[in-house]
Amino acid sequence: MDFIAILSIFVLACFVGYYVVWSVTPALHTPLMAVTNAISSVIIVGALIASAAAGSIGGKWLGLLAVVLASINIFGGFAVTQRMLAMYKKKERPAAK
Amino acid sequence: MPHAVNPWVAFAYLVAGVCFILALRGLSSPTTSQRGNRFGMIGMGIAVLTTLVTHVPTITVLVEGYDYAALLSAIDTVAVFEIVAAIAIGAAIGLTTARRIAMTAMPQLVAAFHSLVGLAAVLVAAAAYLNPVAFGIALPVLTPDGAVALINPVSRIEMGLGVAIGAITFSGSVIAFLKLNGNMGGAPILLPARHVINLGVLAAIVVLVAYFTLDQSPWVFWTITALSFAIGFLLIVPIGGADMPVVVSMLNSYSGWAAAAMGFTLHNSAMIITGALVGSSGAILSYIMCRAMNRSFVSVIAGGFGAEAGGGGASAAKTDRPWKRGSAEDAAFLMSQAEQVIIVPGYGMAVAQAQHVLREMADKLKAEGVRVKYAIHPVAGRMPGHMNVLLAEANVPYDEVFELEDINSEFAQTDVAFVIGANDVTNPAAKTDKTSPIYGMPVLDVEKAKTVLFVKRSMGGVGYAGVDNDVFYRDNTMMLLADAKKMVEEIVKALD
Repeated sequence: MDFIAILSIFVLACFVGYYVVWSVTPALHTPLMAVTNAISSVIIVGALIASAAAGSIGGKWLGLLAVVLASINIFGGFAVTQRMLAMYKKKERPAAK
Repeated sequence: MPHAVNPWVAFAYLVAGVCFILALRGLSSPTTSQRGNRFGMIGMGIAVLTTLVTHVPTITVLVEGYDYAALLSAIDTVAVFEIVAAIAIGAAIGLTTARRIAMTAMPQLVAAFHSLVGLAAVLVAAAAYLNPVAFGIALPVLTPDGAVALINPVSRIEMGLGVAIGAITFSGSVIAFLKLNGNMGGAPILLPARHVINLGVLAAIVVLVAYFTLDQSPWVFWTITALSFAIGFLLIVPIGGADMPVVVSMLNSYSGWAAAAMGFTLHNSAMIITGALVGSSGAILSYIMCRAMNRSFVSVIAGGFGAEAGGGGASAAKTDRPWKRGSAEDAAFLMSQAEQVIIVPGYGMAVAQAQHVLREMADKLKAEGVRVKYAIHPVAGRMPGHMNVLLAEANVPYDEVFELEDINSEFAQTDVAFVIGANDVTNPAAKTDKTSPIYGMPVLDVEKAKTVLFVKRSMGGVGYAGVDNDVFYRDNTMMLLADAKKMVEEIVKALD
């Protein structure tokens, strides 16, 4: 892909992000931060490439360390988001009392 | 030569990117949010698997047979094991943390997670710098000194920006974590001439990133890294505790831009889409937080709020004004007689961990036929949506919880406003007093309720902004001076 194609994806994604995030309800702003945190760890893609590549021992170990850090974030981020979202409940039926 | 990308691989990353968009889209309502989160997980699964399958570590082995010898490429099982182990270690740490963390500690956890993204970005950028050929961003060039991998100039800018933003995210988030976790005082720490130092360091980083395109020597790369770590630290240290919602959102945004910069380096659409989403998400949250405090982003980042205010003859005189003190029994009586009670929680509720007993109190009141609602100010707490999560944890139904603009007109028809652990966000000076540091900030009109019950630890302390709150001295206000949790427990007892 040439630079301008990538730039196009980036600019369009910024607009998508803008509209999608404004539609997030304020009550879910904390889960929003937790989940954006988890997905920004997609940087693990770079870490995996570095750890799989031959040619630089230093690069490989930096990559592996980055894989550990990004994995903490991915698993921790999605799990904690899940835990939070499961707590949001509607009013129970008034029949209770 | 770089990036002879298999279209199916590119397509897989695109699908992952779309999954991430759907993950955020799901958060538009609590009912669709869990499905959204699953989309996020699917997207991440696709991205990771695609990378694993297309980047299998290989080694060249010499195979010697009876009458032949050949160099063959084989899967490097040791390297595969190392990668799987790294993922497993991360998964174990991440899942345990996510399961054990207390909901009140969520701001710290988010800050800690941001720091990890930042550090991972730095490490990936460093790995790409050390081994650019593996990332397809360099051409081996023969020079008199031997073969040198010459990194593409555009990639150098992307890499330089990636490492700089990543490092700022890391050190900034570490400071935010220490402040939120209480390891470091929440008060702003002001260095002399800090604006000059900060601008100087930032300018140096920009110049070095530009210079990096001309000279790819290690000192340039590592100096950019070191300066960026320093500026992250310098930027966050002077910012006080209650401005943390803006800081946390801003760092959230930075972690996204760091991922996007690395996505440019790797020509990876999943990373670019994610980076753009996260970057704009954090930016929008910062904007919402700033608007809720009526402060400009620049003034928050410049830091030191509250340090310059304070003092002033007016605030000293105010402490002598008469105020009324109430007991738990008074509060219980007033609320049980009310038709509608609006509860206004703030950071103090989180500190006292009073959300569970607060819900108990609300249940008792509801049993007596009182309508109970919760009013949340956007900057209540230490991160966006902090109060909502705590109330959800205490099993408060989310349809009883309202945002400022949806409930503010109701205070006038409300019998009791119950303020617990909030202060500045209820201060009417923001509406009337042009000299007040919080003038113009949207506030909850608690004073319009028939009675205001104000739970506060003591009369001495002022809110973060360092300004006195007129609500304390009003005729319709009753101060309940005690620890938030203890006071609510006593009210619950008195309601029996």
